Amino acid sequence: MIVQAIFYFFAAVLVLSAALVITVRNPVHAALFLVLAFFSSAAIWLLLEAEFLAIALVLVYVGAVMVLFLFVVMMLDINLAPLREGFARYLPLGIAVALLMAVAMGLVVASGYFDARFPPRAGEAGPAASNTLELGHAMYTDFLYPFEIAGAILLVAIIAAIALTMRKPRTLKTPRPEKQIVARREERVRLVKMEAEKR
Amino acid sequence: MIWAPLAPEIALLSAACLLLIIDTLSRDEKRRLTYWLGLAALILSAVLVLAFSPLEPVVLLHGHYVSDPMSAVLKEAICVITIAVFFYAYDYFEEHGLLQGEFFVLSLFAVLGMMVMVSAHSLLTVYLGLELLSLSLYALVAMHRDSPTASEAAIKYFVLGALASGMLLYGMSMLYGVTGTLELPAVSAVIAQEAGRNLILVFGLVFVIVGIAFKLGAVPFHMWVPDVYEGSPTAVTLFISSAPKIAAFAMAIRLLVDGMAPLVSDWQGMLIILSLLSMAAGNVIAISQTNIKRMLAYSTIAHVGFLLLGILSGTRTGYAGSMFYVLVYALMSIGAFGMVILLGRHRFEADRLDDFQGLSRRSPWFAFIMLILMFSMAGAPPLIGFWAKWFVIKEVIAAGYVWLAVLAVTFSVIGAYYYLRIVKLMYFDEPTHLTALKASQEMRFILSLNGLAVLLLGFMPGLLMAVCVQAMRM
Repeated sequence: MIVQAIFYFFAAVLVLSAALVITVRNPVHAALFLVLAFFSSAAIWLLLEAEFLAIALVLVYVGAVMVLFLFVVMMLDINLAPLREGFARYLPLGIAVALLMAVAMGLVVASGYFDARFPPRAGEAGPAASNTLELGHAMYTDFLYPFEIAGAILLVAIIAAIALTMRKPRTLKTPRPEKQIVARREERVRLVKMEAEKR
Repeated sequence: MIWAPLAPEIALLSAACLLLIIDTLSRDEKRRLTYWLGLAALILSAVLVLAFSPLEPVVLLHGHYVSDPMSAVLKEAICVITIAVFFYAYDYFEEHGLLQGEFFVLSLFAVLGMMVMVSAHSLLTVYLGLELLSLSLYALVAMHRDSPTASEAAIKYFVLGALASGMLLYGMSMLYGVTGTLELPAVSAVIAQEAGRNLILVFGLVFVIVGIAFKLGAVPFHMWVPDVYEGSPTAVTLFISSAPKIAAFAMAIRLLVDGMAPLVSDWQGMLIILSLLSMAAGNVIAISQTNIKRMLAYSTIAHVGFLLLGILSGTRTGYAGSMFYVLVYALMSIGAFGMVILLGRHRFEADRLDDFQGLSRRSPWFAFIMLILMFSMAGAPPLIGFWAKWFVIKEVIAAGYVWLAVLAVTFSVIGAYYYLRIVKLMYFDEPTHLTALKASQEMRFILSLNGLAVLLLGFMPGLLMAVCVQAMRM
């Protein structure tokens, strides 16, 4: 009973904040609502006894990705007016497409073809079971090979990001300490004797 | 040693990581060390593939990895083709002032991704290998940062590629939902037990086929091909058009044959449509192109149509015919793009058809090599390209689709026009200038070897075909 109440509370917060993400005008507020949405879904995951995923979501998405996102949103200073142009013009088409998609989804979901037969529902694991341990076991035994490939993919992403954004050092305006320390006073300072001006 | 079949992958990954560090420390503007070490890594993994090529399929790593005769042949081909790509690419980058060590590192990672795809034994491995390959390729296309066309090509490739990956993953999730397993033969076994047609399975199949068609560049999922081929630096186009096609072929075989063999009657029809459209659109649109990279892009689309013919016949010999086709295609494709690189000069891309005008006066030898390549692509006997078409068309007839075979031959006759136009430009038109070709000795040697291989293999197609049949036995 209490669990259900908690679920409905977080689910309501999640749906509300997700709706606000795309309706509020201020992008910073939208990003903050997205944080709230992530946070509520983490709470729902906790209810499902998936504590590792919940913590990872908070740490990775809320802690790292969204903070970065906020920085970008604040720095870019996007002018939203041109983005909103033509909203009214495309609204009928948008509504038609949305309705069509809703009907199609309803047909597919109601058809019963997507009854989940596999995998069987996991039972209650009890407080002693550790999600992290289980995931770790699976990752380093059954799924070792995919895990290693994922590591290689991340490495490629790093290489690509650096290769595509880093300019050669000569185009950077960095000071050259080795040249600075060999500079002598005569090269930099010129003492000029001037006649005193008459008042 | 239970891990022995993994040796080529392990060696390649270690070499790529090592090369990354060495390249960072190297102060050589010419990147000679990176280049030679990259070649050494490829040669090493090619040797390891040969050394550990299995006679029976070996499944390792909890059913995610398989090493079988097909994977050995395809990996060997990928390594050899990429070695040739490195020779051509180094020359290109040096001439155009684009030398960056990352090209070689990212290419090695791309080769690793292809090997993972070729040896995939589960849905997850297919997907991850594909992502490793694709991410490396996106970065390679974008490497020439100051060129607006390259950036445009990279964005197009990235967005459409990501969309295709999403489709593929969606299809895979449906397959997993129905069968409850990721392992490809197990998926196939569960499907075989399924009484009647399961709609989700067919849904999943459709999405998987869309993913495969995107990666192969089959019509109507071909939109990215011409723009990416034209916009990328020619050396990268050369790479994209060759080895990844071999990997995409392997992906198609792994998913459709290993994973969904009981659904053969479903995917056969879909492949017929893809194949017909590809042959028609590729061959007809190629005629109106004036840019040779674009023309070769449409020619690729047409070749993909032929390649699909073998797969859709649904027999072991048909798959072998397709495998033969993709290997031959990769060999011809690097030759043709190698010629484009050969004709280029300092900061100048010889990518218009007119650049081939009167080549026979400037360099009779390389005009002859190009003549062989074009005739082979058009499918003129006795060159190897003829035999590739011959084998797949024979299989299609054996499978009972005579009308499809007739259409395929018709389209290839239409296609012959634009290949022969290049021959006409080279031999019967006056050259606009008589500057000598500027290319390194290595490049000239490898390109000549490439052309001669197309010629000589044509006299003994049985050799390569025997290898393909042997590889496809199981």
